[in-house]
Amino acid sequence: MTDKQRIILKNRIAVTFAWIAAILFFFPIFWMVLTSFKTEGQAIAVPPQLFFEPTLENYLEIQERTNYTKFAINSLITSFGGTLLALMIAIPSAYAMAFNTGKWTKDILMWMLSTKMLPAVGVLMPIYFLAQKFNIYDTKFLLIVIYAMMNLPIVMLILFNYFREIPKEILEASRMDGTSTFNEIREVVMPLAWGGIASTALLSVILCWNEAFWSIVLTTTDASTLTAFVASFQAPEGLFWAKVSAVSTLACAPIVVFGWLAQKQLVQGLTFGAVK
Amino acid sequence: MNPTLVRWLQAPSIILLLIWMIVPLAMTLYFSTQRFNLLYPERTGFIGLSNYKFFWTDPSFMPALLNTLVLVGSVLTITVVLGLAVSLLIDREFKGRGIARVMLISPFFIMPTVSALVWKNMLMDPNNGLFAAFSNALGFTPVQWLQDMPLFSIIVMISWQWTPFAILIFMTSLQSQDQEQMEAAELDGASFFSKFYNLTIPHLARPISIVILIQMIFHLATFAEIFVTTSGGPGVQSTNLTYLIYIQSQQAFDVGVASAGGVFAIILANIVAIFLIRAVGKTLTV
Repeated sequence: MTDKQRIILKNRIAVTFAWIAAILFFFPIFWMVLTSFKTEGQAIAVPPQLFFEPTLENYLEIQERTNYTKFAINSLITSFGGTLLALMIAIPSAYAMAFNTGKWTKDILMWMLSTKMLPAVGVLMPIYFLAQKFNIYDTKFLLIVIYAMMNLPIVMLILFNYFREIPKEILEASRMDGTSTFNEIREVVMPLAWGGIASTALLSVILCWNEAFWSIVLTTTDASTLTAFVASFQAPEGLFWAKVSAVSTLACAPIVVFGWLAQKQLVQGLTFGAVK
Repeated sequence: MNPTLVRWLQAPSIILLLIWMIVPLAMTLYFSTQRFNLLYPERTGFIGLSNYKFFWTDPSFMPALLNTLVLVGSVLTITVVLGLAVSLLIDREFKGRGIARVMLISPFFIMPTVSALVWKNMLMDPNNGLFAAFSNALGFTPVQWLQDMPLFSIIVMISWQWTPFAILIFMTSLQSQDQEQMEAAELDGASFFSKFYNLTIPHLARPISIVILIQMIFHLATFAEIFVTTSGGPGVQSTNLTYLIYIQSQQAFDVGVASAGGVFAIILANIVAIFLIRAVGKTLTV
């Protein structure tokens, strides 16, 4: 066997194993989607069925019989609300830090990151009591505030990294023209940093959408999100697999697609810019 | 920009995060020294470190701490080793690579509660699950996954979600590896292992440490998977610290003890944090 043949063979083996890994990892998702098109009887059939007459019954039924739409709207409002709030606080701050970096800037950013280390369970009781006291327990407002604060450090750090990549000369030129700071942010910085802001927002939305501690602990009915709704299916053993699958498929589909589209930015966001 | 404006622009984020950190932290510390049980509202007052002692000597504490460490350690080992292997496999040109990539990273975007339910019911259920069907087909008795090996089952679920995270990061990082260097090593007849050890590992050193540290933050706080699948049982076999504190507060209604546990969790997380902040701080060029 020549060297070339050897390399081709090696490649082929590697590719085969890569596909095996891909299929194994994707299989539970495939199975979930498949189950969502079964009847409840088919879903728990022994042995499990791979071929069957698909039905949309589950999807229709969860729209009619459960409050699925309400929970989906709650998830939408809280994840986009939390993200928007975090961005509104972070954009001016990150901008100021990136273009007027001082002696303390790095320490401030690192301190912000360190607030992420406060485990949710460590502050569960205070947040619970404060929520009760201010009458915002089980409201979307409460989740929006918590999600915003939860993601603020990451959002700050990523935006800071993006803003720093904007050439200073452009800003100086616009300042020479006498642009006000507000207009500078709006007309010069935002258009240039748009891609960065969008991908930061995407990461934040994904983190909020899948958040499953506060949404379970701090909501009962009114503000429950999809994560809490799905968790409520834990109780009845072995029942409604097809319907749970339909709910799960609907709840995960948008975020999985989001994730596919934003792989590169996610890597930067998730590693705080350390891996590009 | 004038310095005053800079300060005004920075102020909101700093002040809000300061409040978000200090207020709950101070309250947790305060509660942890108080007699404070929602079932006995008339009993109040300062009791020093009794809550800590109670939490500490609770027979569930040591198992929960041990479970926490086993869970974090196992998930880290599995995700990093598997993540490295898979990202090396996929780091080459082939037809359908984009699809394979998407299939590999998808589990990371699945809601934790959904992932827990899919594994608990459709895969691990001892009667109707897929694994049981395989066991039966091969002539074995189906394993009662969540009954007989609850912690292991949860480790499997979490690893399924987080190996894709490791793959995503390593894959991206490998693309920036110096290809000429690799080819030169190849021409010199370097073996796979020597290339891996001498070129790839040093290149991936930082991504690996970041993957480990970020996962630590998340896995120390594992909650949804346990809540949905085993509720910490049987007994305390799959109870971690987070879940133990949750039970103290939501089922025993003992705010004082739960807060003492919270302080413990905070200290544990901050030991990890010091290392993460150092690793990230190095990459931040200011």
